[in-house]
Amino acid sequence: MSTELAFVRTEQIPPSPPPSSAIGPKKWIKDNLFSSIPNTILTIVTIWLIYTVLMVVVPWMANGVWNTSSLTECREVLQGKTGACFSVLSERWNQILYGFKYPVDSYWRPNTALILLAFAAAPVMFFDLPRKMLIFTAIYPFLAYWLIWGGTILGPLVALLGFVAGGFAFMRLSFKSFAAGFFGAIIAAFAVWIIGGGLIPETASENSLLAAVPSRDLGGFMLNLMLGVTCVSLSLPLGIALALGRQSNMPLIKGISVVFIEFVRGVPLITLLFVASVMLAYFFPPDSTVDLFLRVVIMITMFSAAYIAEVIRGGLAALPKGQYEAADSLGLDYPQAMRLIILPQALKISIPGIVNVAVGLFKDTTLVSVISMFDLVGMIRGPILASTEWNGVYWELLGFAAFLFFVVCYGISQYSQWLERRLATDHR
Amino acid sequence: MSELAIEREIDRSKMQVSDEVAIQISGMNKWYGTFHVLRDIDLTVNRGERIVIAGPSGSGKSTLIRCLNALEEHQQGQIIVDGTELTSDLKNIDKIRSEVGMCFQHFNLFPHLTILENCTLAPIWVRKTPKKEAIERAMHFLEKVKIPDQANKYPGQLSGGQQQRVAIARSLCMKPRIMLFDEPTSALDPEMIKEVLDTMIELAEEGMTMLCVTHEMGFARQVANRVIFMDAGQIVEQNEPEEFFNNPKSERTKLFLSQILGH
Repeated sequence: MSTELAFVRTEQIPPSPPPSSAIGPKKWIKDNLFSSIPNTILTIVTIWLIYTVLMVVVPWMANGVWNTSSLTECREVLQGKTGACFSVLSERWNQILYGFKYPVDSYWRPNTALILLAFAAAPVMFFDLPRKMLIFTAIYPFLAYWLIWGGTILGPLVALLGFVAGGFAFMRLSFKSFAAGFFGAIIAAFAVWIIGGGLIPETASENSLLAAVPSRDLGGFMLNLMLGVTCVSLSLPLGIALALGRQSNMPLIKGISVVFIEFVRGVPLITLLFVASVMLAYFFPPDSTVDLFLRVVIMITMFSAAYIAEVIRGGLAALPKGQYEAADSLGLDYPQAMRLIILPQALKISIPGIVNVAVGLFKDTTLVSVISMFDLVGMIRGPILASTEWNGVYWELLGFAAFLFFVVCYGISQYSQWLERRLATDHR
Repeated sequence: MSELAIEREIDRSKMQVSDEVAIQISGMNKWYGTFHVLRDIDLTVNRGERIVIAGPSGSGKSTLIRCLNALEEHQQGQIIVDGTELTSDLKNIDKIRSEVGMCFQHFNLFPHLTILENCTLAPIWVRKTPKKEAIERAMHFLEKVKIPDQANKYPGQLSGGQQQRVAIARSLCMKPRIMLFDEPTSALDPEMIKEVLDTMIELAEEGMTMLCVTHEMGFARQVANRVIFMDAGQIVEQNEPEEFFNNPKSERTKLFLSQILGH
């Protein structure tokens, strides 16, 4: 009995190649497309659907006309064939990108700003790059402002100096206490802005190197990009501050954060934009002229900061309590613990949510078209579609607008996925 | 709750208790809401003492040592750690926390930092140690806990025992004068418990003042110079380990010991 149960292997079985039916494309097709009768039917129906769509889209795009000067000419060229009238894109290219009032001989200015943006954003997005590049990132907002709006360089310079003074005051005072540094920095910055602002002569903009361009003249996809970049980069720190404020032990700070978040989240963005364009003027002194672009930036930033704050709060809540305790037990103070331990982890968890808000925000910048700003959609709906030459060219224009937004949003999404992989340290 | 035999010979030459007081707790009370967790705790710990705090779960032993570096706030009485009284003053709290090392049941390493960064972070930011010196010190202590070769890995890549040893090294990098251990081996496999206990014994051999909440009675018997038994938020009995284990006085202690050593 025991001799039959016992078994001892005396030699290894050598590995052998799998049979041909278990590998290769044939196997893949059989497994994934035609594994059962319902699967086969689904595959055939799907292929037929793709074929039908392509049969419409491909000739439409391939027959596209690029160099006529109106829709009627397009129709003459096509002579009844299916085909797109892409001429509207080539003829109104500048309007689509820059709006219809930005001075043509200054297009190089926003272009330069866009190229420099890549250098400014790089060290923030890819933190393996040398940290010294961050100096350029810090200067960039002022440089870009000067490039796009032109006028005297003294304005952005004073603004920059104010931030430098604030940072300097913070470094000097924060050794005593964080609060002293914080409020000292605010006071120093405002002192520089007020004194510096007073020193700039009224006529400084008239003979400046770059001609001044008012905000009303900005437009096209440039306006969407500007709003998107500004609002995302402002709403992220504000959102972090709100999320931390909502977790604070101090009832006043907590209360303010909760009320702000709940109020702003509970209001449609479009109402906030109307407030920015119409009603906000009532709240400022009568003779002050707060720029419309700035008002819109404030509103969109507040709106997305409230969303980002809630996303980050989720990330903070997901951290085990032990992380706070470990940081505390090592003697790190609150700002250190937050900056070095808590936020890096909480933000990492929140990346998909933050990117979701950022992409949504970027697309929502098209809403400014309803308060008569001529962004990409505003340009299409207004000057271009209303013109006699291009009345009726919907597919080409809106399709192109969608394409532009898709390129940017897909890029953001790919970047965020790379970032998540790069930061994944816990399960490797 | 086992009695893991400690096989190695313990070098007791430096294990000396001095007269200097390291921690003084008097008349300390703590409540969670209306629940009275710690009642009238009086305890003096001299420098060089190795105290094991034992007791059933929920008896307040973790809460007690967490009060010592203000992870929990006490509502009544006085706690003086290293000559500094624990009050709500944040400066005092940060000072005491940087002098007192703490190891947790779940290690609480920072998963987004490498082992080396875990160990150098607090010295660099709290003690303002130059980076080079902080790295040297971290490597020294990582060698001491026998994992210098893992320095550039992330905590998630290490075993539980290794993580706990890194946590000990991380605390030691702050050059603490007192070490607190909150059930450091409760989340570990028996094999890993041994490597962590070995590290703790080495620390004791160097004369570190230690307070350990643990169920490792072998460790208590061999290393501790005093065992404190807590129940229902009170110190029920304290004695030298020999007396404590062989001749417990209180009925509650006898019951507890019979339960954890009985099988």
